[in-house]
Amino acid sequence: MIRRFEEEAARNYAKGKIGGFLHLYIGQEAIAVAAAESLEDRDCIFQTYRDHGIALARGMSAKTAMAELFGKDTGCSRGLGGSMHLFDVQKNFLGGWAIVGGHLALAAGTAFKSKYAGEDGVTICFFGEGSTNIGGFHEAMSLAGLWKLPIVFVCENNQYAMGTPLERTSPLKDLSIKAKGYAMARDHFEGHDVEVVRERIAAALDRARTGGGPTFIEIETYRFRGHSMSDPAKYRSRTEVEQHKQLDPLTVLRERLLGLGVDEGSLDDIDLAVDEEIDAAVRFADESEPAREEVMMSSVLAEEGDS
Amino acid sequence: MRELHYREALREAMLEEMERDDRVFLMGEEVGHYQGAYKVSEGLLEKLGERRVIDTPIAEAGFAGVGIGAAMVGLRPIIEFMTWNFSFVAFDQIISNAAKVHQMSAGAIQVPIVFRGPNGAARQVAAQHSHSVAPFYAHIPGLYVIQPSTPRDAKGLLKSAIRSNNPVVFLEGETLYGAKGEVPDEGTEELIPIGQSRLARPGADCTIVTWGRPYHTVLAAAEKLATEGIDCEVIDPRTLRPLDTAPMVRSIQKTNRCLVVHEHWPYGGPGAEIVDRLQREAFDYLDAPIGRVTALDVAMPYALNLEDKVLPTEEWVIDAVKRVNYVK
Repeated sequence: MIRRFEEEAARNYAKGKIGGFLHLYIGQEAIAVAAAESLEDRDCIFQTYRDHGIALARGMSAKTAMAELFGKDTGCSRGLGGSMHLFDVQKNFLGGWAIVGGHLALAAGTAFKSKYAGEDGVTICFFGEGSTNIGGFHEAMSLAGLWKLPIVFVCENNQYAMGTPLERTSPLKDLSIKAKGYAMARDHFEGHDVEVVRERIAAALDRARTGGGPTFIEIETYRFRGHSMSDPAKYRSRTEVEQHKQLDPLTVLRERLLGLGVDEGSLDDIDLAVDEEIDAAVRFADESEPAREEVMMSSVLAEEGDS
Repeated sequence: MRELHYREALREAMLEEMERDDRVFLMGEEVGHYQGAYKVSEGLLEKLGERRVIDTPIAEAGFAGVGIGAAMVGLRPIIEFMTWNFSFVAFDQIISNAAKVHQMSAGAIQVPIVFRGPNGAARQVAAQHSHSVAPFYAHIPGLYVIQPSTPRDAKGLLKSAIRSNNPVVFLEGETLYGAKGEVPDEGTEELIPIGQSRLARPGADCTIVTWGRPYHTVLAAAEKLATEGIDCEVIDPRTLRPLDTAPMVRSIQKTNRCLVVHEHWPYGGPGAEIVDRLQREAFDYLDAPIGRVTALDVAMPYALNLEDKVLPTEEWVIDAVKRVNYVK
């Protein structure tokens, strides 16, 4: 569903129905899906601006998400957030954040709350490998390590910080080594097999939930599209992209299921149902009322009283 | 009413609110075991324990962000910056996160947090430690900005700030911590509403709007001017966002003259904002252009003789009042 949602988002961006920045998750889907499978309802989730995948995996409806991209009142943030700022507070999906490295400390903050209040909720925080060079990353890791906060930091290493490959932004090949500097558990693996990702993330979540402190996980992945819709991705070769597509997480899973004897027809039925759901989401977004000025004016500040 | 130091008034506000509400905690550098770099939090660790009074490493962006995240899920943090000069490395957290998430989540997420600490130049601490930061933060929708001048306002406004459902930038005068003033007796709870100006001195001849450290300079200058037959009315906005200009307009209707005095640089900021609003809201009552006394437009020098030339003095205020009143 994430794949189809993103493809349809790209199409509607080209049509001018979606504006601003649009960062697609195509190629990285196994990570969001595996994480969502492993999390409890009470756990908090933070993500960067590449946030459609985890929002949908957590259970936001395609309609609500697409309407937000279209800037409509029916969107999850009523058209005030857009693609980069999806929120679903009821599901503890606490946002899409668009300043690189800026949301890691917030995630440490919700983990801090769990510890302060004696609750067993865990926070999971996603970010790209580009974030690991900015101060916000180090300060959040430092505090999480110091206070042994119940948090899992997931670095989705899609190889490019916008257009700059990892070897030109980091002296390390294995970024998970950085965890050592914060006395934090670490893990590092490839992210194209949803089952592997689920097992490894679940282990880190379990560690956090049982008082074992934070984990820094680096997951090697690849985005098949550019950084955002305005990026033609000229910094990498077609051959490189095609090689990575051999490990498309959707293909890997489909082949696994077929190998296990799942009927191909039933997989096609799922594809059809998803197509219908995404088509309905686009229709809903298109037909919804535009974002409202009253909501903008009344949401600058929270109401006072009942503190 | 009893007298308290400004720092004691702040400490009482925090202690009372933390005893009242377990969701409130204090976090910052040296707030606990060191007893506060400026002794504002002295004794709080012993009374409330390490769970509520939390020392941090030197990582302003980190612990400001932790506070914001904790506030997003229901806690009510007080984040102390050892001085507001150090808030610049946490600027992104305050501007991009604390001030924005309520609106960009269409009101789904509140951030009830107070950022507080000493603000403004002290003595000979030079360019990087002498910022008066209100203009930076007062520009931002989604924040409250409070800059109390007296112990009573410090206590009553900090209590309101802690109970607010919005992010508050609370600017304490570094040179005011030792100032004494009347504060309501113990057991008398006073919550001063955010966004209300206060008439500090009644007068007939010239309205002076001022806050923070220059408030005291202005009151002293007003006494001297009174002996020369110029009777100043002094109004302290106390809160710079939101700004309560109605009492200023009423005052100008009486005095027909106005001077704004602040320790910020002259370019832009709340001083310029106040002048703009008053010239529009009280235009028909003004007999002279509104005057402004500000810090000199330079980085703060170290040398004492030069530092004395940078911040508003009684002489500057007296001189400016006379110019606004056309007696000089």
